[in-house]
Amino acid sequence: MSDKKLSLEEVDHVAMLARLGLEPDEREMMREQLSSILDHISLLQSVDTSAIPPTAQVITLQNQMRADDVHDSLSLDEVMKNAPDSEDGMFKVRAVLE
Amino acid sequence: MQFETIIGLEVHAQLLTESKMFCRCSAGYASADPNTHVCPVCLGLPGALPVINHGAVQATIMTGLALTCSIPEYSKFDRKNYIYPDLMKGYQISQYDLPLCGGGVLPLVIDGKRKDIGITRVHLEEDTARLVHRTANGETYSLVDVNRSGVPLMEIVSEPDMRSPEEARAYLMALRQILRYIGVSTANMEEGAFRCDANVSQRTLDGSVIGPKVEIKNMNSFRSVERALAFEVERQRKALRDGEALVQETRGWVEDQGITVSQRTKEFAHDYRYFPEPDLPPLVLDRAEVDGIQSRMAELPTARRDRFIEQYGLNEREAELLTVEREVADFFEVTVDGDSDRAREASNWITGEIFALMRDSGLELEDVKISPEQIRELIELVGEDTINNRTAKEVLVAVHETGKSPREIVEERGLAQVSDEAQLLAVVRSVVDEHPDAVTDYQNGKKAAIGFLIGQVMRQMRGTANPGVARSLLEQTLAERVTS
Repeated sequence: MSDKKLSLEEVDHVAMLARLGLEPDEREMMREQLSSILDHISLLQSVDTSAIPPTAQVITLQNQMRADDVHDSLSLDEVMKNAPDSEDGMFKVRAVLE
Repeated sequence: MQFETIIGLEVHAQLLTESKMFCRCSAGYASADPNTHVCPVCLGLPGALPVINHGAVQATIMTGLALTCSIPEYSKFDRKNYIYPDLMKGYQISQYDLPLCGGGVLPLVIDGKRKDIGITRVHLEEDTARLVHRTANGETYSLVDVNRSGVPLMEIVSEPDMRSPEEARAYLMALRQILRYIGVSTANMEEGAFRCDANVSQRTLDGSVIGPKVEIKNMNSFRSVERALAFEVERQRKALRDGEALVQETRGWVEDQGITVSQRTKEFAHDYRYFPEPDLPPLVLDRAEVDGIQSRMAELPTARRDRFIEQYGLNEREAELLTVEREVADFFEVTVDGDSDRAREASNWITGEIFALMRDSGLELEDVKISPEQIRELIELVGEDTINNRTAKEVLVAVHETGKSPREIVEERGLAQVSDEAQLLAVVRSVVDEHPDAVTDYQNGKKAAIGFLIGQVMRQMRGTANPGVARSLLEQTLAERVTS
C-alpha cells in the first residue's frame, strides 16, 4: 500500500525497546524488512470497517473471574530450579539502578 | 511574578485481598521468606495464564463508589510493556483506556472551607517484584524477591486540583481514611501499601507563563510528600523568576538531604506500547453487582461524623475526633450501645482518657486493653454514685494494666465511693479542725477556700468521698462554726 520506509531512528527506537544491539548493516536490513512487514500488514487498512464497532477481543468470553482464595505456592527449590544464580532465596541479577 | 502551584497526585494502594491479582498465591507477603509466595503465573513463566481476582475487582469498584466515581459497564485490562527486572513478564497487566472507575470527587475541608478534588480515574493493576541491591567483594548486584509481584494494586489518579503542599497532604490523609474505612487497604505508607507520586507545576495567575510539569517520586511518608512538594514549588518558582530553563522530567525526593534530584535516565520518554491483554477477556459489569457492593460499603467518615452530631448531639470537634479512625468510631458506638444518653459520657471518656492513654503509651486503640463494655461499666459506676469521676480515671488505668473489670477493681481496692454521712462528717470535722486558716478565709468571704478543704477530705478518704455529700457537710459544718 505505502512505500514509505521506516526511518533509521525508528529502527533504532524499536531495537532499543527490544534490547537489541544492531550493527550498522543490520540497521539497514531491519529497516527494509520491517518496512515490508508493515506494508504487508497495512493491507488491512483497505478493508471497509465503517459498519463494524471497534473491539479489543475477538472471542465472546467475558467476566472470567475467580474467587479470592489462596492455594499453595511453589516450593523454593522448584522456584529456583532454572535460576542461573541465586542468593538467600532470591534471584541474583546484574545491578539495576534507575 | 505571582505564581500559582498546580498539583495532581497518583496514589497506588495495595488491596487487602487474600490472594494475588492474577493467581492464587497469598498476597500477604510482609513477613514471608523471599520467593515463597510465587507460582508460574506471578513468576511470568511462559505459557502460564492469569485469571482475574474477583475480590480485587470488587474492592476497586467499592473504592470508586466511595469516591462517587462513575462505574462504566465495560472495562478491560491492557499490557504495559517495559523491561525491568522487577517485572517478571516484561509487561505489567494494567488498565489503559477503560478503567474500572471513571471520574469522581473527593471533598476536603481546608481551613473550614469545603474544597472538592476531582478524581480522574481508579484502575486496577499488579504490583512488581522487590529488588534488593547488594555489594560484596567489590561487586554490585541485585536480588529479586517475587513475593510482591502480582499483589493487587489500585491506582487512584486525581485531577490537578490542589494548589499547595498542604492541600496535597490533606487529600492524601482523606483518601487514606476512606480506604481504611471501607477496608480495602491498610493504606500504610511506611509499609509501602500506599504510595504517592506527584505532578507539580507553576503558572502565573494571569496565565502568561506556564511552567513544565515535574513528576516527583520516592516520597515515603505524608510528611515527606509535604516537604518534597514545598521544596519543588520553591525550586520551580526560583528557576522561573531567574529565567532558568525548567524541563519536564521525573525527580526523586532525597529524604535526608531534603531536596529533589533529576531521575531522567535517557532522552526518550517511556514507550509502553499498551495493547489489550489477550489473556484476559473483558469485564461487563452487572448493575446488580455494583449495587450490591454499594450496599455492603461501610459508612464513610464524613457521613458518620455528620450522623454523630445529629444522632448523639456531639459537637463538631468531638464528632471529628471520634471519626478520624473507623476503629475509634466503632468503639464509640459499641460503648453507647444504642443509648444516646450515654453518648456524652462515652465521648468524654474516649476523647479524654482513652486518647490520653494512647498518647502516653504510644499504643493504637486495638492495643489498649479496655473494651467498650468496660467503659460502659465505668459510666454506670459513676452514674450510680459507686465511684466518683476522679476514682473512675484511676480505675480506667487499672483496667488497662490488669485486664480486670472496673467493678472487680473497685471492689478489690476498696474504691467504692463513701456517701455515708456519719463517716464523712467525722473526716470533715477533723479537716476543719486541722485547717483553721482556711476556715478563717472562708468565713471572711473567700468562698474558694472550700475547694481546698474538699481536697483535704478527699485526701484523707483516698479519693473515695462522694464530692457532693462532702461539700454539703463541709458547708454545714462551716456554718455551724460561725454561729457557735
